[in-house]
Amino acid sequence: MNKTAIFINAFAFLCLIIAFLKNKEKTKQALKIAVKSFVRILPTIIIIIMLIGLLMGLVPQKHISKIIGEQAGIMGVIIVAIMGTFLHIPSLISFPLAASLLKNGASLTSVAVFITTLTMIGIVTLPLEIKILGKKMAILRNLLSFIIAIIIGIIIGAIL
Amino acid sequence: MKTEKKKSKKIKQDILILILILFITIIVILSFPDKKEKIITNGWNFFIEMISILPAVMILTGLFNVFISKENIVKYLGKAAGLKAIMFGIIMGSLPTGPLYVAFPLAAALLKKGARISCIIAFLSAWACIKIPQEMVEIQFLGIKFMALRLVLTIIFVIIMGLIIEKLIERRGTNI
Repeated sequence: MNKTAIFINAFAFLCLIIAFLKNKEKTKQALKIAVKSFVRILPTIIIIIMLIGLLMGLVPQKHISKIIGEQAGIMGVIIVAIMGTFLHIPSLISFPLAASLLKNGASLTSVAVFITTLTMIGIVTLPLEIKILGKKMAILRNLLSFIIAIIIGIIIGAIL
Repeated sequence: MKTEKKKSKKIKQDILILILILFITIIVILSFPDKKEKIITNGWNFFIEMISILPAVMILTGLFNVFISKENIVKYLGKAAGLKAIMFGIIMGSLPTGPLYVAFPLAAALLKKGARISCIIAFLSAWACIKIPQEMVEIQFLGIKFMALRLVLTIIFVIIMGLIIEKLIERRGTNI
């Protein structure tokens, strides 16, 4: 286990103890939710991990970097932004996917844009958002999120 | 009841895709034996990295879910004002967990309570992309520098976006 994993586990354990001391019943309920969501997300995680294995094993690095790497320029960034907009995968899983793309020649900008559009924009949930919050607000939020995701990605690429 | 049915259908669907991908992977490995090692080691490494944090992430998600009441969020956010309200919206949005569509009715309730539009946009955006358990997964896979920079930039731009949307909507009247 690496340092980050140890830290995360320690943090979760600490929170669990504090919660347990505060309210036993609620903590039990929280653990039940945790187990349920773990089981629910596990198949998806295994799917993505196998896809990562296939991707890294089969697709040569130069292909990935040609499409979404440094030399792909703004077109590559727009492609990943659109991918992130339409894909509907749990954001939890986007991080290993992003890391595998990064290892295989994707640029930092593309990876940051991908994660940001994936989490901020929901095409699947857009009809519901329109229904509850109104057309104007929902469309403006999703549209501007697309633009700021690209700006955030470009700044991250420039700094890191 | 309906959502339970939907969930079990979703799980069945996931398992079906899982079997399909497994099948494809086996075929690929059999037809390209020289790629076998690369595919398996890469997949395995990612699996270990994920599984070493996943239970902890789920426990944190569960705790946030139970201990942070959604009614309180609406109560506190409805009252806040000024730039503080926007920051408050971001913090409140980043605490509870759950899919984005859970946040829409909350946002609608806030709107009714008279919360500022910028505050609601900040709340929704934070709900969508700033989550403490998720930030931890991001550190694990992409490093603390990447995560911290993306977090700071996201907060800054979400505030700007909230203010822009507020201006646009208020200028055209309040018929939302």
